[in-house]
Amino acid sequence: MGLISIFANFWLGKLNLQALPPNAIQWFGAILMLSVPIGLALLLTVKKKWKWLYKEWLTTQDPKKIGVMYILVALAMLLRGGADVMFMKTQQSISVGHNMGILSASHFQQIVSAHGTIMIFFVAMGLMFGLINLIVPLQIGARDVAFPFLNATSFWLFFAGMILVNASLVLGDFAATGWLAYPPLSELRYSPTVGVDYWIWSLEIAGAGSLLAAINFLVTIFKMRVKGMNFMKMPMFVWSVLGSLMLVAFAFPILTVTLGLLALDRDLGTHFFTAGGGGNMMMYVNLIWAWGHPEVYILVLPGFGVFSEVVSTFARKRLFGYTSMVWAIGAIVLLSFLVWLHHFFTMGAGSDVNAFFGIMTMIIAIPTGVKIFNWLFTMYRGKIRLESPILWFIGFVVIFTIGGMAGVLLAVPPIDFQLHNSLFLVAHFHMMIVGGVLFADFAAITYWFPKIFGFKLNEKLGRFTFWCWLIGFLTSFIPLYILGFMGATRRLNHYSASLGWQQLFIVSAIGAAIIGLGVGAQILQFVVSIIQRKNNLDTTGDPWDGRSLEWSTPSPVPFYTFARLPHVTERDAFWVAKRQKVEDKRPYEDIAIPKNSPLSMVIALGAFLLGFGIVWHIWWLAVSGLLTIIATIIIRSMDEETEYVLKASDVERLDKQYRMQTKTRETKLAVEV
Amino acid sequence: MSEAVTQTLNIIKSNKLIAKYDKDARDIFGFWVYLMTDCVLFASLFAVFAVLRHNTYGGPGASLLFSMPYALVETIILLTSSFTCGLAVLSAQLKHNKRVLFWFIVTFALGASFLGLELNEFHNFIAMGDSWRRSGFLSSYFVLVATHGLHITLGLLWIAVMSVFVLKRGISDLVMKRIRMLSMFWHFLDVVWIFIFTIVYLFGAIRV
Ligand code: HEM
Ligand SMILES: [Cu+2]
Repeated sequence: MGLISIFANFWLGKLNLQALPPNAIQWFGAILMLSVPIGLALLLTVKKKWKWLYKEWLTTQDPKKIGVMYILVALAMLLRGGADVMFMKTQQSISVGHNMGILSASHFQQIVSAHGTIMIFFVAMGLMFGLINLIVPLQIGARDVAFPFLNATSFWLFFAGMILVNASLVLGDFAATGWLAYPPLSELRYSPTVGVDYWIWSLEIAGAGSLLAAINFLVTIFKMRVKGMNFMKMPMFVWSVLGSLMLVAFAFPILTVTLGLLALDRDLGTHFFTAGGGGNMMMYVNLIWAWGHPEVYILVLPGFGVFSEVVSTFARKRLFGYTSMVWAIGAIVLLSFLVWLHHFFTMGAGSDVNAFFGIMTMIIAIPTGVKIFNWLFTMYRGKIRLESPILWFIGFVVIFTIGGMAGVLLAVPPIDFQLHNSLFLVAHFHMMIVGGVLFADFAAITYWFPKIFGFKLNEKLGRFTFWCWLIGFLTSFIPLYILGFMGATRRLNHYSASLGWQQLFIVSAIGAAIIGLGVGAQILQFVVSIIQRKNNLDTTGDPWDGRSLEWSTPSPVPFYTFARLPHVTERDAFWVAKRQKVEDKRPYEDIAIPKNSPLSMVIALGAFLLGFGIVWHIWWLAVSGLLTIIATIIIRSMDEETEYVLKASDVERLDKQYRMQTKTRETKLAVEV
Repeated sequence: MSEAVTQTLNIIKSNKLIAKYDKDARDIFGFWVYLMTDCVLFASLFAVFAVLRHNTYGGPGASLLFSMPYALVETIILLTSSFTCGLAVLSAQLKHNKRVLFWFIVTFALGASFLGLELNEFHNFIAMGDSWRRSGFLSSYFVLVATHGLHITLGLLWIAVMSVFVLKRGISDLVMKRIRMLSMFWHFLDVVWIFIFTIVYLFGAIRV
């Protein structure tokens, strides 16, 4: 007996049969989760598509494809996070008085934590990095990113983190600590299961991916802009991404450290955040928000960038106040690091400190306001086309303004003492993130879809989706403000009937259902658009009469991206070039293109094994994961032939072919050589 | 060949050179950005150390544990290794493969001795019962210093790999660029160590 348990302990760590789901509802979740990869695998086998998948997608180093993969994963995770909402809203609508609802308290807390974690790290971040991959190189006139292999590795690390979060549905449990896992609750003493470890390691891995991606795109933007595009001629989306990624570069190392220290507390018995032993819990809260507040701007800045592009394109005007926009981004980047304490006014910092951070917080609302006005002035007297991307923008303005005003209220410390950790706070940040990030991403997907796939999305269903989201969202979250005022706290799984909250919770659940309808419509939109793509082909490469360089390429963008590098003399380079009508007579040149490589995936596999091994204390697995990573990097470093050359003559042939097929307007971005 | 064609060819050739130069500049710049993020990582650990410095929880404090001469020897060894690493880069620029190897070996030996001293110090503390489990102060000390040590370990691995490269492939442009980055990394670790020496050992000894 002793021998067997030693044996099992070595090979399996803490993993045993009790790790399987304990009850019917959790089995349901596990099976639902497993059915997706199994279903996909079956489909691929039946259709004999494995090889295609491997060659075209899994090993690719092309940012356009990597971007698509990011977005697909993020949309899948949106469904996962949405399924969590279904459970939460059902529980909160019925768990009143004697009725304890459908979920145990611990399971409810796990679902809430998973929802927050997944939505922030795997939906919002995934959509953001997807868009950055798709659009930034195109907009700055670059054929690729600075480090293509690193880029693929970043994606696969993100993917590995995603798998680890979802593995917790099948094996073990997830953190029941909220999405930021404050100690001492998240310490081993009070959370002895593997839930918090899953949380730590999935974020540690995905976070490493984000950090590497940020380095990559910072270098890309700094060093690879096409000739003539100086900083003040960059499209506003690129500026916003630049601001956001600078925040990533400064903030994510803090997250890495914070999570790492919590892991050490749990696994090696250190005393960083423990209640005893000389630990300091408040330090965790400070550290996590020193990352966390910048994080909210990391998410929202690219969203602002998307709206800048959409608004000026659909209003057919130059962006109003370009320079002030740039300054606003700069101010936001700087101020983001000076407001973190507003997340814990109530934790005893003293009134002088609270006052300082309260004022800083109100100040950060100013550059944000500047941007809103700039967009409105851009629309003013523009010839606006009310298509769905601009609808998302209008929805954003409504929601974001309400949420922003709630934020400024929360920035007043005495008010925050009343509303901290209430549903009012929940309403505030959902308005900011759904309005500012998700709506922007939906606008972006609609806007850039034809560029990537060569046909537009169905507009009718797009509008229907938008209205479902807008109405559903307001119905779902306005009641939360009221409930917050009435004293309802966040993460509430049960309340007394006498409080009279149930109606509002039910209204909120109905709102969520309307959003669900919107999500359904969105899926339908993709399906219908693909089936009827012949009706919506983008034969010009420039379906919206766009302004920046991405619209100068044929749609879908060829794998070599630009046959000839564009030349930039002005802001809104393509818009200007369209009016100049100069023919491009430059010779074509050889193009170096990175070869496919499976090694990015292998590195991420190593990271997954490392994470999974530590979560379950399977040390041989963790060590093999680590060695896999190191060995793969060394092997990769020995390969000097990582690119192949596409001959100028081939580029010419392909380009002419492409333009014949798609009837793209000849790009008039000419220069004298 | 007509004039125009040769001219075009020349332009394409020089474009290629520029492209290569651009690519190297990009790689070096990217490495700087990475080092900066690593700086933030260490800065966070220093902040943690500063917060927990006096949380000895009944255990020994800095002035009791640390020996200045010991830390000074470590420092001198590491600084010397930075110097020899610099010599390796110089020799690489002159394409003296053998000298590069020699200086790499010296650097590796110095780095490894530094690491040995550090591990020995850890071992002594742990043997006295003052491990990272003892107090918040010791947790932060161990993790800060060990994070640096972990970086040194990676640096050693990198030196070893680069030595093999020099041996097998000579000093190509690619190898030269990587040697440059390696030396940036190594100098960076030196700077971090200076901070550790000052904030952990020196301030500890003089009881700031
Ligand atoms: C108009 C500027 C903003 C102000 C004045 C503001 C103010 C605040 C304040 C004071 C809190 C803390 C409330 C409490 O915990 O009691 C807070 C929380 C939060 N805000 Fe904002 N905020 C602003 C913009 C944003 C933006 C743009 C986002 C996201 C894109 C955002 C996302 C969040 C999140 C996620 C939380 C809380 C997370 C948690 O506790 O779990 N905020 N905000
Ligand atoms: Cu904040």
